[in-house]
Amino acid sequence: MTSQATASTTSANGAQTSTANMIQLEGIEKVYRTDRIETVALSDINLSVRAGEFISIMGPSGSGKSTLLNVIGLLDVPTGGKVSVNSKPVTSYGDKHLARVRNEEIGFVFQTFHLINDLSVVDNVEIPLLYRKGLSGAERRKLALRALDRVGLHARVHHFPSQLSGGQQQRVAIARAIVGNPRILLADEPTGNLDSQMGDEIMGVLKGLNDDGATIVMVTHDPRQSEKTERIVRLFDGRQVS
Amino acid sequence: MLKNYLKIAFKVFLRRKFFTFISLFAISFTLVVLMVAVSFLDHVFGAQPPETKLDRTIGVFHLQMKSPDDNNTWSSPGGYKFFDRYARNLPGVEIMSLLTDTFDGGKVYSYLDGNKIESYLKHTDGEFWRIMEFTFLEGGPFTSDDEKNANFVAVINEATRKKFFDGQSALGRTLEVDGQRFRVVGVVANVPYLRTIPFADIWVPISTMKTQAYKNQLLGGFNALFLARSKADFPMIKEEFQSRLKQVEFDDPKEYNRMIGYAETLFEFMSRPLTNSRQEEPAKVGRALATIFIIMILFMLLPAINLVNINISRIMERASEIGVRKAFGASSWTLVGQFIVENVLLSLIGGAIGFVLSRFVLRAITESGFFPYADFQLNYRVFLYGLAVAVFFGLMSGVYPAWKMSRLHPADALKGVAR
Ligand SMILES: Nc1ncnc2c1ncn2[C@@H]1O[C@H](COP(=O)(O)OP(=O)(O)O)[C@@H](O)[C@H]1O
Ligand SMILES: [Mg+2]
Repeated sequence: MTSQATASTTSANGAQTSTANMIQLEGIEKVYRTDRIETVALSDINLSVRAGEFISIMGPSGSGKSTLLNVIGLLDVPTGGKVSVNSKPVTSYGDKHLARVRNEEIGFVFQTFHLINDLSVVDNVEIPLLYRKGLSGAERRKLALRALDRVGLHARVHHFPSQLSGGQQQRVAIARAIVGNPRILLADEPTGNLDSQMGDEIMGVLKGLNDDGATIVMVTHDPRQSEKTERIVRLFDGRQVS
Repeated sequence: MLKNYLKIAFKVFLRRKFFTFISLFAISFTLVVLMVAVSFLDHVFGAQPPETKLDRTIGVFHLQMKSPDDNNTWSSPGGYKFFDRYARNLPGVEIMSLLTDTFDGGKVYSYLDGNKIESYLKHTDGEFWRIMEFTFLEGGPFTSDDEKNANFVAVINEATRKKFFDGQSALGRTLEVDGQRFRVVGVVANVPYLRTIPFADIWVPISTMKTQAYKNQLLGGFNALFLARSKADFPMIKEEFQSRLKQVEFDDPKEYNRMIGYAETLFEFMSRPLTNSRQEEPAKVGRALATIFIIMILFMLLPAINLVNINISRIMERASEIGVRKAFGASSWTLVGQFIVENVLLSLIGGAIGFVLSRFVLRAITESGFFPYADFQLNYRVFLYGLAVAVFFGLMSGVYPAWKMSRLHPADALKGVAR
């Protein structure tokens, strides 16, 4: 049933690839309220990302980049506005439905990797597949190894994350993000914790994935990396400045 | 999906050996304590041979005489004269039996080839053997006629046969106890020391007592047992017994003029100290049960609270894991399911360890010989209850925080924010 629903969306989309936006944000607002203070992290963000686009989000620290990416990735709910992912009005979705969209449409790469230290590399990469029906353990393993292969990590798949270098951990995280073949890849400062050479390598991996058709939104404050993307969205104090 | 959950659970257990160990220890330790306590209660109060009809049996285990001014109280097991005269033919009673209290002067000595042998001697009537269902290894019980005719016959237990007859057949042979010679008519399996009503090493007719003074005593040395036709007759029997107490003619009414006592179950009788209920009032069984229950709960609560704590911090620590899993498509319920499986599995493994440990501990207590002739058994039904409680606590402590956490937005969970 799941695959059927996905298939019909795909064909509907395929017919209107040129006009359909993979990601569409309308009037997004995010306010954090605590007992004493109120932080406006995002205000009136309007953004469209076409299928196959590779854009970067830039801005000073605290300007709302991560918040924006979390909203796009359905990891956080905006306090106002509408989000559509692959033409689905996800703002109105419930927990289960959201989980499925996250699983099928989106792959997330975090600045701090967020690998599960209790699981081996290959087990970490398999995580998105665990929440997909109809895959055997052997199939999951095969797909996970293939994803690791794509990010250039062939050995050490049975190591634990703590036994890897930062660059290797980020490769594992990217493998985990792409293992389920999502159309959207969201990366929050993927090179932020890496030295420039490793950063370049990771950029190369992302570029390759983009060439293969993935829509990528990357947060960075490294102009060298953002230059390599098609479009730059700049944030300042939660507002879109370009 | 379950298979995945189980696999994940095992991986988590192995990677978090300390938590796993502590949890398993708490669960199994609690179960062992519970099982030993229950086994003990069962051993003392449960229906088991020879007291197979315990559910229909009540007795009088203690009596009090009071002076007219209430200043003098004589407290003791009942006397033969009182029971014989006033407690017979209570309505609803199928069989009544009189027997001496083994622990009230029942310790006797024999000398065999220069060795002193200590035994517990109980004097009973013939009816005793019809209420109790002893396991006879040889021969059979003595009868009411034996009692009437003061025949010097005895039933002995296996341990006594071993001591006196080297374990050979004892039937028809004689043994000398406390200067009296008895012919053995039956040998029974050992009865545990803690089965206070039937327990003895040697059972002989009441009429073989050295003096007949007992026949004139209102108080002293005897217990009465009443086998009711059904448990439903207990209230009637108890009530009639109370009215019989009022009919007692005292030897010297100026000295003592009131008799107080109750026909009650052994548990009711034994529960008196627990509820501080004095001899003058009926036993408060409900309160006794509640007290035992509360003590047990308190005993279990400590490890349970620890377990809950451990579980909660274990799950809090895994906030970021929950965030990651959600970010990659786990729904809240899927995560809750995973934690349910983890906790149930942990509880079950703890239960299995507790099971093995309980059997081991009970066997050790049995074999220590601290309680003569004891055989502490594992009560499977209670074990299952205990396990259910463990699983319940595991679920409560694991699933509730997991459920709360799983409802966080992944972004918050990833930051490790738990509210
Ligand atoms: N959970 C939160 N509670 C309160 N304020 C938050 C929370 N997360 C982020 N903020 C605030 O929102 C603003 C934007 O944060 P963020 O999106 O992380 O910025 P960036 O990624 O651009 O550095 C900051 O001022 C930050 O302090
Ligand atoms: Mg950020």
